Amino acid sequence: MFAHFILALRQAGLNTSITEYLTLLGAMKAGVADFNVEDFYFLSRAALVKDERYLDRFDRVFGVCFKGIEADETLLSRDLPEEWLRKLAEKLLTPEEMAKIESLGGFEALMDRLRQLLAEQKERHQGGSKWIGTAGTSPFGAYGYNPEGVRIGQHESRHRRAVKVWDKREFRDLDDTVELGTRGMKLALRRLRRFARQGAATELDLPDTIKSTANNAGSLDLKMVPERHNAVKVLLVLDVGGSMDDHVKLSEELFSAARSEFKHLEHFYFHNCVYEKLWKRNRRRHEEAIPTWQVLRTYGPDYKLIFVGDAAMSPYEVTMPGGSVEHWNEESGAVWLERLTQHYRRAAWLNPTPQRSWGHVRSIHMIEELMAGRMYPLTVNGIDEMTRELSH
Amino acid sequence: MAAFKGTERYIASRDLEVAVNAAVTLQRPLLIKGEPGTGKTVLAHEVAQALGLQLIEWHIKSTTKAQQGLYEYDAVSRLRDGQLGDPRVHDIANYIVRGKLWDAFESSEPVVVLIDEVDKADIEFPNDLLLELDRMQFFVYETRQTVEARHRPIVIITSNNEKELPDAFLRRCFFHYIRFPDRETMERIVHAHYPDIRKDLAREALNIFFQVRDIPGLKKKPSTAELLDWLKLLMVEDMPAEALRTSEKQLVIPPLHGALLKNEQDVHLFERLAFLARRGG
Repeated sequence: MFAHFILALRQAGLNTSITEYLTLLGAMKAGVADFNVEDFYFLSRAALVKDERYLDRFDRVFGVCFKGIEADETLLSRDLPEEWLRKLAEKLLTPEEMAKIESLGGFEALMDRLRQLLAEQKERHQGGSKWIGTAGTSPFGAYGYNPEGVRIGQHESRHRRAVKVWDKREFRDLDDTVELGTRGMKLALRRLRRFARQGAATELDLPDTIKSTANNAGSLDLKMVPERHNAVKVLLVLDVGGSMDDHVKLSEELFSAARSEFKHLEHFYFHNCVYEKLWKRNRRRHEEAIPTWQVLRTYGPDYKLIFVGDAAMSPYEVTMPGGSVEHWNEESGAVWLERLTQHYRRAAWLNPTPQRSWGHVRSIHMIEELMAGRMYPLTVNGIDEMTRELSH
Repeated sequence: MAAFKGTERYIASRDLEVAVNAAVTLQRPLLIKGEPGTGKTVLAHEVAQALGLQLIEWHIKSTTKAQQGLYEYDAVSRLRDGQLGDPRVHDIANYIVRGKLWDAFESSEPVVVLIDEVDKADIEFPNDLLLELDRMQFFVYETRQTVEARHRPIVIITSNNEKELPDAFLRRCFFHYIRFPDRETMERIVHAHYPDIRKDLAREALNIFFQVRDIPGLKKKPSTAELLDWLKLLMVEDMPAEALRTSEKQLVIPPLHGALLKNEQDVHLFERLAFLARRGG
């Protein structure tokens, strides 16, 4: 009956199983949901989602699968406050541009087009796509009028329209593919800690020994458990300057919070791409630079190398000698990156920019290739993947 | 069995009611997660009360083993008895100590079992209980007897998200995430707990409470439990509502704020913000 719903959920990355599906059907049969869409939503959520991280995704899939199951007038009569848009346009457009609009059939035609887009967009939004303006077809973009300004969501909250529960998307913050927030930090920290602990030699398990000895009626039976100790050494290399500063602060905090868990944690800075020099204190980068060769010699290959950077730069900064924006570099960034990743077999790159935008930046692509695909977003998920990759 | 509704003292949202009823009807465990202080543990008490059942609580610590919920074989005291020549030593059953789940299974009427903070225990803990919670029975190796539940108990499990729970375990549960209540619900909660609180006091206190929660960078946001404690203090002190009055922009250090902010750094942060607001205003 709801097979398409389950399949859609699985496609969205929720690992909903047959067992859970059957549970849901059982509950329906037992009459828990009472022929009420909202109750059905609550019930299926309780039965099919087992982790609050997936609640938002569940809401979206539910919205798509059961669209129109309940005739909802508030959603159908979604019209744009034309007066408001007109005012906005007048504020933003120059007289020449207004004239151009007139030549395109006037403001009314433009509004019609927008309304049409809006109708389409209701669907597309639920599918997880973007808001209206980013579609290149919109005539709005052509006139230098920031389409992001036409946020349908704002309009909604102004008029306090009733929105279905699952359309409210109240669990958005809990999705772990979003950037690190305070809660995300805590989770990420936990992951890092797990990463830092490695079972190694064994030690005597006294309680178990006593118990086994007693079980054996007094004859000694020794029990051992693996000793847990912190063996991980981390070399953290952070991109500083410009847009990266906030992220750098975040990742520095993150790693130093986990510091006690690592055997060694060293950090260095670079700008945009690594070259022959790194530095430890950003304010004295010119006086106290450390040759990268020295870093390579000082810290052995048992260190795990983690870059944090947005990897967004001009391709020349990666490929060409002398490509650096700050100084003349004899060897290209690619050579240095290769040298580092060859020395440190376990290396990864954490990128704070959203993963979906990586494809648009050429240098990100190049660096990802140089890192042999080991570039991860700076999210809880990304850190999780990174630790998994680095720990074997 | 009667359906669960929010009680006079416990305001349950509709989604929580549905989740509880599903778990009760299908006799599956219900896993509850949510911010600390949103009433996860209290829920079990309220469910037990609403359905008129006895509640058996099992609080989990980091050292708790799954086996302890079923039974423990006290080998050490048997050894001691053996050395002293106590006749009890011949019957191994004398040294089997029953756990909470055994009690629940053997109970002559259905009970509610609360497994509190399941994530505190070892990562394998939930896995070790899979079969027992699924079949509601277990085997005692020492005495070769099978303990079977006479009535399947209603199992409520709470978790604070300190550890990931295994998939196989999750599949067998219903899940509910208690969101932090919005203002309207919070008003109902306050009213449920303190029906005779002065309206103006409650309003101003809630204003401050949500203002405090909105401060970015707080280490521990005050939750329902803290709000209720604070209100109680305000009522005991017979605080006039004027003392709490705030304007939209201005932050005032609320009286008795120790009940809301439990962290020294948070108090400092708050004082600094309030100071800036005073100077700016």
